[in-house]
Amino acid sequence: MDWVPFWVSFQLGLWVTVLLLFGTFPLAWLFAFSKRGWSVWVESVFSLPMVLAPTVMGFYLLLFLSPNGPVGRFFLDTFGLRLAFSFPGIVIAGCVSSLPFMLSGLKTGLLGVPVALLEASYTLGKGRVETFFRVVLPNMKAGLVSGIVLTFAHTIGEFGVVLMVGGSIPGVTKVVSIAIYEKVESLNFGTVHLYALVLILIAYPGVLLLNHLQRRDTRRTR
Amino acid sequence: MIHFYLQKEFRTGSTRFHLDVEYALTTGSVLGICGPSGSGKSTLVRCLAGLSRPDDGFIRQDGEFWFHATQRLFVRTQKRRVGLVFQDYALFPHLTVLGNLLYARNDRAKAMAYLDLVRLTEHAHHFPRELSGGQKQRTALARALVREPDLLLMDEPLSALDEDLRDALGEEIRRVQRETAVTTMVVSHSRREIGLLATEVLELRDGRLDPEKHLF
Repeated sequence: MDWVPFWVSFQLGLWVTVLLLFGTFPLAWLFAFSKRGWSVWVESVFSLPMVLAPTVMGFYLLLFLSPNGPVGRFFLDTFGLRLAFSFPGIVIAGCVSSLPFMLSGLKTGLLGVPVALLEASYTLGKGRVETFFRVVLPNMKAGLVSGIVLTFAHTIGEFGVVLMVGGSIPGVTKVVSIAIYEKVESLNFGTVHLYALVLILIAYPGVLLLNHLQRRDTRRTR
Repeated sequence: MIHFYLQKEFRTGSTRFHLDVEYALTTGSVLGICGPSGSGKSTLVRCLAGLSRPDDGFIRQDGEFWFHATQRLFVRTQKRRVGLVFQDYALFPHLTVLGNLLYARNDRAKAMAYLDLVRLTEHAHHFPRELSGGQKQRTALARALVREPDLLLMDEPLSALDEDLRDALGEEIRRVQRETAVTTMVVSHSRREIGLLATEVLELRDGRLDPEKHLF
C-alpha cells in the first residue's frame, strides 16, 4: 500500500489546522461578541465555503492562485512561490475550504463561556489578554477541540478543492481522497477498503475526544 | 466615602428607563438597594464596578474619581479596587475554591485567611461543581474580599438559595462584613434579603432612589 498520500494529507491537515487555529480566533471573537449589524453579513461570507460546491470554490481559487491571478502573481513576484499545482497552494485552498469549521467550533466555544466569568475576571483586576488565557481558553476546551477535530477531518477528506487547485501530483498534491478516487477508477477495491479503514481509525479517536469533552463541559456547567 | 451621582439610559426588554441616582456611602456601611426587576439595580452595580459606562455624573472614592463625565474620566474596572459578588456567583469552574481566590490575589496566606473567614478551609481543594449553593456563595464572597476592595458590591447575593439557608448565610455575610469593615452595597428585589444584610435601605423605582432612608 502507498502511504505517501496519507503523509501528504496529514501534512495538509496539520498546516491548515494550525494556520486556521491562530488566524481564526480574532474572527471568532468578533462574530461571537460583536453587536454591530454588519458582523453577521461578514460572518455569512466566511461561512460560504461550507455550502458552496467544492468544484465552484476550487475553480475560483485556481483563478486567484494561478500565476495570472492576483494572489498567485503576488506570491510569485514577492516570494518566487508558485501556488497553483503546489503544496502551498493546496494549503491556502484547504484554509479557505475548512475555515467555517474552525470558525464555528471556536465561536461556539467562546459563546459557551458565560460573560459573567469574563466580567468577574475584570473585577478581579485582570486584563483582557490574561482573562483570555486563564479563563476563556480553559473553559472552551470542547469548542476548541471541535474546531481542531472538524477542521483536520474536513481537510483530510478534502477532494474537489484540492483536485482543482493542486491536481494529483504524487508526493506533492495527491492526497488520500484523490488516491482513493484513482483506485476506484482502476477498480482496485481492496486498496480502497484499506485506505477507508485507516481514515476511520484516524477519525474515530478525534470524534471520541470531542464527545467526551462536550459531555464533561456540560456536567461542569450544570 | 463613596459618593456617586449617575445617569444612564438602559433597556429592560423593549422598555427604556433612565437611571438617575445620587448617594454618598459612608466608609464601612452597608447600603441595601431594593427595587423591582427593571428598576436599574444591576445597571447601578455595573456602573459602580466599571462594567458599564454611565452617560453622565461622577463616582468619587475618597477624593479619587473613578468616573467623571465632564472630565471624560473613566477608570477601568481592573483599577477600581471593587469586589463584586455576582448573582450566579461566576466562580471559575476550572479552578478549585483556593484557585479562585489565588486568581484574585496570588497570596496563599491571604487566600487561606479569607477562606477561614468564610469557614471554607476544608473545601479549599474542591471545585465549584462539588459545592452547595451556600458554599459557592461564600467562595464568591471570599474571592471578592481577598483583594481587600474599597467597595464590595453584591447583586442579589441570596436569591438563588433556599429560605433556611438564606437566613443563615445572611448572618454569615453580616459577620464577615463587620469583621472586614468593607464598605458594601447590596442590591436585591427582595426586601427580606436586603433586611438581612443592610444597615441602611433605599428603594430604587424607575431608576430613581427614594430619598427616604430606613434604618434597621
